[in-house]
Amino acid sequence: MRMTSPVVEPTAAAVPNPAPEPFFALVGNPNSGKTTLFNALTGLRQKVGNYPGVTVERKEGRFFTQHGKPVRLLDLPGCYSLAARSPDEAITQEILFGWRQDVPALDGVICVVDAGNLERNLYLVTQIIELGLPVIVALNMMDEAKRRGVAVEARRLEQELGVPVVPMEAHQGKGIIPLRLALSRKVEPSRAWRPVRTAWILPALAAIADQLDPDSRLSRSQAEAEAALLLVDGIPEVVRQGREPVSEAVTAEVQRWQGELTQVRPNWQADFVAERYRRLEELAHAVVGEGMASASWTDRIDKVLLHPVWGGSALAAALWLLFYSVFELAVPFMDGIDTVTGWVSETAQRLVPAGLLQDLIVDGIIAGVGGILIFLPQIILLFFFISLLESTGYLARAAFMLDRFMSRVGLQGRAFIPLLSSYACAIPGIMAARTIDSPRDRLATIFIAPWMSCAARLPVYLVLIAALVPDGAHQSAIQAGLLWGLYVLGTLAAFALAWVLKKTTLREKGGGLALELPPYRWPQPKYIFREMVERSMIFVRRAGTIILALSILLWVLMTFPNYQAEDPSEKLQSSFAGQVGQAIEPTIEPLGYDWKIGLGLMASFAAREVFVSTMSIVYAVEEGVDEEQGVVDAMRNQVDEAGNLVYTPLTLASLMVFFVFALQCLSTVAIVKRETNSWTWPLAQLVVMTGAAYLFALIVYQGGRALGWS
Amino acid sequence: MRMIFLTDLKPGQRAIVDSLPSVGAGMHRLLELGVLPGTRIEAVRRAPFGGPLEIRVRNATYSLRRDEASQIAVRPA
Repeated sequence: MRMTSPVVEPTAAAVPNPAPEPFFALVGNPNSGKTTLFNALTGLRQKVGNYPGVTVERKEGRFFTQHGKPVRLLDLPGCYSLAARSPDEAITQEILFGWRQDVPALDGVICVVDAGNLERNLYLVTQIIELGLPVIVALNMMDEAKRRGVAVEARRLEQELGVPVVPMEAHQGKGIIPLRLALSRKVEPSRAWRPVRTAWILPALAAIADQLDPDSRLSRSQAEAEAALLLVDGIPEVVRQGREPVSEAVTAEVQRWQGELTQVRPNWQADFVAERYRRLEELAHAVVGEGMASASWTDRIDKVLLHPVWGGSALAAALWLLFYSVFELAVPFMDGIDTVTGWVSETAQRLVPAGLLQDLIVDGIIAGVGGILIFLPQIILLFFFISLLESTGYLARAAFMLDRFMSRVGLQGRAFIPLLSSYACAIPGIMAARTIDSPRDRLATIFIAPWMSCAARLPVYLVLIAALVPDGAHQSAIQAGLLWGLYVLGTLAAFALAWVLKKTTLREKGGGLALELPPYRWPQPKYIFREMVERSMIFVRRAGTIILALSILLWVLMTFPNYQAEDPSEKLQSSFAGQVGQAIEPTIEPLGYDWKIGLGLMASFAAREVFVSTMSIVYAVEEGVDEEQGVVDAMRNQVDEAGNLVYTPLTLASLMVFFVFALQCLSTVAIVKRETNSWTWPLAQLVVMTGAAYLFALIVYQGGRALGWS
Repeated sequence: MRMIFLTDLKPGQRAIVDSLPSVGAGMHRLLELGVLPGTRIEAVRRAPFGGPLEIRVRNATYSLRRDEASQIAVRPA
């Protein structure tokens, strides 16, 4: 089950590589241009999936060497060393050590190195070389390094490391061909690099290596490299799916030596790291020539952007721009989608004869899906901005400035990115939380993410607000104000919840850690475009599949069993959905809702945006109203049997509050389960949030009544 | 002699790392980034409102929280 050195006759690899194509991994520090290189090499020949049991993305692609030979390339998450402090890094570690059953044995590793940060980047590279793996170094960002006064002699580095070194500027497309050329030849493990060792660690490594590999299936250097990792990093706590646990004998040996070393040298872990850096400093000294550093643009820009007043204003402006674009610039595109949906509807009505099938298509499918797709422009725009901020390096600065506020509630500056993303959709937001090292900070972030009002709530908010605010001179201002208020409510509640969590069940000493502030770089259109498309596809697939299925199911539940009925109202009341809605009415009456609203709420527990399409069907079924505006109008005019307005202002307010708090998204529950690897957290989330929604909606409605409002 | 810590440095001031507290997970990451006894370090600026420190070490820039930075002892460059 372990990696074998290519020099030794290969025994059973992790998984025998079924394809004859060579299989390489791509590793490197964050911000070293790894993603750019991956995209430049593989182009559109990429596929994204997941590793089972974790939600770390498995990104694989295919490219051709200069001689036309196909190569499979596995993009591993960025990391600084083989030590694993987050699930991302754990996956990298497991794959490089050959511990995963679901990943074929590696034929080699392409290490992307930021030439301007040689020592830190080579820390990881030398660890990988010492594993006995064939390595090619892609010495990237040569231009940036030169500007910073670092001129690296690639040839010399090649000699010292004993592996091919290809200078590159991946973002300019330079060096890709030489890299492909280098991969045309068989890559051998290094014979020049002496593993980093100290006299005092040798006995420990030898003893542990003996236990790890009693039958000597691995090369000595590999066994020792593995031993070194376990010794310094500790035995991994979580046994992930696909990974073999470490044996008792090894565990005992590791713990014994950890204890012994600590007695003799209290800081032995730091000493060992220091020894590697000592070697790397020597190396850097040998390969870096004299260079003239030109004045750093990054420093100049940071003097403004990180200034308390100017920087704070810039940040506020950036956030304002983000939200303004999402809610204003998207409008023309949304109108476009509206038009198309209407056209499709009309065409369907012409092509399909009137009857049950036409109803299904128009009222069930088209109405349901159209109402969702209309929010795609906003989501695309949001992801455009997030990846723009990320690729330029500004996102790190924003996190830096916001860390103070985030840490007040026990979160990190890094939680800013997942939470910001959650304003568009909690699914990628929750996925982004995996970059948070501290498990408890990460859990807290994931737990509160649904209260950052996501884009799916937007249709609901807008419809409810439009129904609430009467036409008038100040209509838009009030509507915008209300919308803003709802967002603020959700945000404040999220932070309050985080604070409570970190004080109670998720209490822990904060692991703030060091977040890199990379140099400012030009945004990369290809990367941004790809991000926008990928994230949007996730949303569409969710809309396309779950919501479509739900729209149809709902249509069925609301049409049958009485689909022949002449009167639409009767049809609805006697339908399956109507029956359930009426059954739960007593529980939601205190909140000011009737059974039809109850029906909408039930439906939207699977996905929020279904509320609008459900209500449009509910009222469409009743009155034959087609347009989206129809729902608003319908709400304004809905009366109950006694002739009283159903959607009183208080009811609308209570509904709005309900939607702020309720967790109404099956996909979120599913993703939280995957991220936390258990059902406890998503179920806890469901209970807490639904409870809060009921409670606060109740308070709003009953409180309002008590105050004499209606 | 009184110990100086990273948080005592003025913006723009340079120093040499003297010692780090014994290894916790947060510290281990710093070690791997190259913050080691004898390493040159620069305190670039502080985030407003008592936020993290921006430090420069080995040609790279990082944001480091106060409670960690306050445990890193330094001596004048």
